[in-house]
Amino acid sequence: MHKLQKRIFLISLSVLFLRIMEELLVKKPDLKVHCFHCGDECRDKSIHINEKYFCCNGCRTVYEMLYSNDMCTYYSIDDKPGISKKNDLIRNFDFLEDLDLQNKLIDFTDGKVTTITFFIPQMHCSSCIWILENLYKINSGIKQSSVNFLKKSLSIKYAEKEISLKELVELLDSLGYLPSLNFDEKTKVKSENVLKKLYYKIGIAGFAFGNIMLLSFPEYLSIQDIVTDNIKVIFGTINMILALPVLFYSGSEYYISAWKGLKKSIINIDVPITLGIMVLFFRSYYELLSQTGAGYLDSMTALIFFLLLGKLFQHKTYDALNFERNFNSYFPIAVTIIKNGIETTKPVEKLKVGERILIKNNEIIPADSVLISDKTNIDYSFVTGESSPVVVNNGKVIYAGGKQIGASIMVETIKEVSQSYLTQLWNQDAFHKDYHSNINSLVTIVSKYFTAIILAISSAAFIYWFGTNTSLAFNAFTAVLIIACPCALALSTPFTLGNTLRIFGRNKFYVKNTDVVEKLSSINSIVFDKTGTITETGNAEIKYIGEKLDELDLQIIVSVSKNSSHPLSKQICEFYGGTNIIPVSDYNEKPGLGISANVNGIKVSIGSYKFIYQKEISEEFNLQTRVYYSVEGVIKGYFAFKNKYREGLKETIQALRTDYDISLLSGDNESERNNLLEFFDSNSQLLFGQSPFNKLEFVKKLQSENKYVLMIGDGLNDAGALKQSNVGISLSEDINNFSPACDGIMEAKSFNKLKDFISFSRVSKKIIIISFIVSFLYNLIGLAFAVQGQLSPVIAAILMPISSISVVVFTTLATNFIAKRHGLLQWK
Amino acid sequence: MEVIIILIGASLLVAIGFLFAFLWAVKSGQYDDKYTPSVRILFENKINSEEQNNAPDKHEEIKKN
Repeated sequence: MHKLQKRIFLISLSVLFLRIMEELLVKKPDLKVHCFHCGDECRDKSIHINEKYFCCNGCRTVYEMLYSNDMCTYYSIDDKPGISKKNDLIRNFDFLEDLDLQNKLIDFTDGKVTTITFFIPQMHCSSCIWILENLYKINSGIKQSSVNFLKKSLSIKYAEKEISLKELVELLDSLGYLPSLNFDEKTKVKSENVLKKLYYKIGIAGFAFGNIMLLSFPEYLSIQDIVTDNIKVIFGTINMILALPVLFYSGSEYYISAWKGLKKSIINIDVPITLGIMVLFFRSYYELLSQTGAGYLDSMTALIFFLLLGKLFQHKTYDALNFERNFNSYFPIAVTIIKNGIETTKPVEKLKVGERILIKNNEIIPADSVLISDKTNIDYSFVTGESSPVVVNNGKVIYAGGKQIGASIMVETIKEVSQSYLTQLWNQDAFHKDYHSNINSLVTIVSKYFTAIILAISSAAFIYWFGTNTSLAFNAFTAVLIIACPCALALSTPFTLGNTLRIFGRNKFYVKNTDVVEKLSSINSIVFDKTGTITETGNAEIKYIGEKLDELDLQIIVSVSKNSSHPLSKQICEFYGGTNIIPVSDYNEKPGLGISANVNGIKVSIGSYKFIYQKEISEEFNLQTRVYYSVEGVIKGYFAFKNKYREGLKETIQALRTDYDISLLSGDNESERNNLLEFFDSNSQLLFGQSPFNKLEFVKKLQSENKYVLMIGDGLNDAGALKQSNVGISLSEDINNFSPACDGIMEAKSFNKLKDFISFSRVSKKIIIISFIVSFLYNLIGLAFAVQGQLSPVIAAILMPISSISVVVFTTLATNFIAKRHGLLQWK
Repeated sequence: MEVIIILIGASLLVAIGFLFAFLWAVKSGQYDDKYTPSVRILFENKINSEEQNNAPDKHEEIKKN
């Protein structure tokens, strides 16, 4: 006893010691100050209110606004929930005063109260829900606001007299919740109704199934002496009534689908299902009406109930994601027009040729135009795949989709929005094809043979008995069709693929629907885009070459380039971030060329070769992006920008290239070719300077060589190729950002799991095949009874659910097990 | 045993009642959003300023423990 006490004492002492060590070592007092609003690190303690520090004035303003409205609960629900306002731009929402545009955006208005639904990508935590649902505290014009978090949508009822749409959007923007203003999100209501209908159908089928099963119990247990014939008739009649809504409502889509298939002479899985349901129904009615038996209405309703459950499981959608976006959701919905020196706003689709528009920093050019202003930088990375911005001079053409960088410019349109160079991509055939029916899916192929075999067996049984016993012949014929009804067969695909889709989702790979998983398993060729897909966006590897830089140099470089909005300056800032900022005077930026400034009396210039050396660069150096740095006219060295490739790219490509044809399409020049050869071998095709149209044609060409193509891209320039390919995956750093129409959206961090995703989809297909075999075995057992005409309702009622449930359990367990082996799933 | 018919009738009525309750729930949008209400229910309607100041501290305490 004494020993035990001693041991406990020692243990508690060591625990205490460890806790102290932990306090001292691990939980070092955090010296860094984090913004009270957004949680970002603060550069210093200069911006504060009492004890609360902020990273920027934007964040402080939001705090002040919430504080003055007594809404600081926002900060107590989640820790530092705000959205950083550091890099926030000043936006102009004047276009929301346009009545046509307003009518398109709002859901409903009665002249007094208007309802509108916004899509808010920044919504991310409970605090967001709280603040967005308490907007009425800030502005009394807002009558009610409610959030759907999974959809990231906010529905607002507001009084038009008290707050205009423009003011409402400005309020949301000032809080950091900028709504995405385009018409694309409005089309999503449709899928919601489909889901609602499915719930109705399941509810009715489940209700009927449960009650019919209950009323069939006397029959199962064959309690002859207690249950009189009278009661049996009443039970049978109730069953007949209960089965009607299931037949006519819940199961209706199967008959429609079977009929549609037959019209196109395709025997899909719904054909044998419909056959089974019909036979079940009519034979049961016949038996009940002629009082020869109890019928199989329990099996019929159970069948439809399980099938609908499978459908519900398959119907996993990522509500906040949109797989159908086209250029409209990337382009602005309105533009600022200058006519006779007066600025007005106009919806973008009303834009005509020859109009002058004002484009501000970071705005997208909506239509092909000519530059009226002197000079500017246009970032085409999303449109063409070129990674660095292009300098455009007065009178030169700017293509739609480019992003303006720097001071405001004026341009004159030369084409309409839909006729611009990039948007013409959407007039291509690939965008008008309908890919909805998946004729080549495994289950469709199997069901063709399955239906034929079942019909053959049932006919054989019928003919065999026909001579000797006519009623037994009919009995056997219908029994075969009943028992062979492919419930387990029809369930294995939705459950396997549905589970695979969910496992993908957990690994930040969001697939549009289960068809995509199946298609992914058959691909044999992979096409990559370069910029933004295999390279990290806006994050180049920077190497400094030249005279060594001291701390002061770094401070000067960061302080000066902080003033520029050019992406290269931003990257330099980020690369050398964390140094002190010193005041800069005489700052002068030449768009697209470079910047010069005076720092503590030292004259420095940072910029391109042309800017520093005052002469044109020779061709051979032109391929690499460089930024030169000079102090007092003496050139110290340059920064070389190299594309930074995604982590794990080498391993991923190496693993994939043994089994698949790999190609790379880049809109960029050839400067990176040698670096890329490190990843790709000589068998891969590397193509540079590819236009969006070239990319689409390339995919088409591969398909004409009987390749099944997986395209992985990110920008609008890949939109055509993504659509044309068999499976198009869009890679995104942030899945809430714009991504073009595709079959799946993958978060960039999951890129190195690509190989696992593909091989997992292949395994899923194998699991489906195995479960097919299992369900055939069940069918064989049932058929043994059925051909003899000895199928009692009890056997049917037991066999059908058992086969279905065991197949569902098998596919779910198998997919989870394989996912774990692939490292896609962890047990808790 | 004929009494069972009354019982079955009653049970069917109850079941139909639940069926309609379910259909009404779907129709009124209760199945549209299965996440947000679970968060919303935890929000308190009125928090006076005193509690507000204490709330973050409590949060810290919980973390330390």
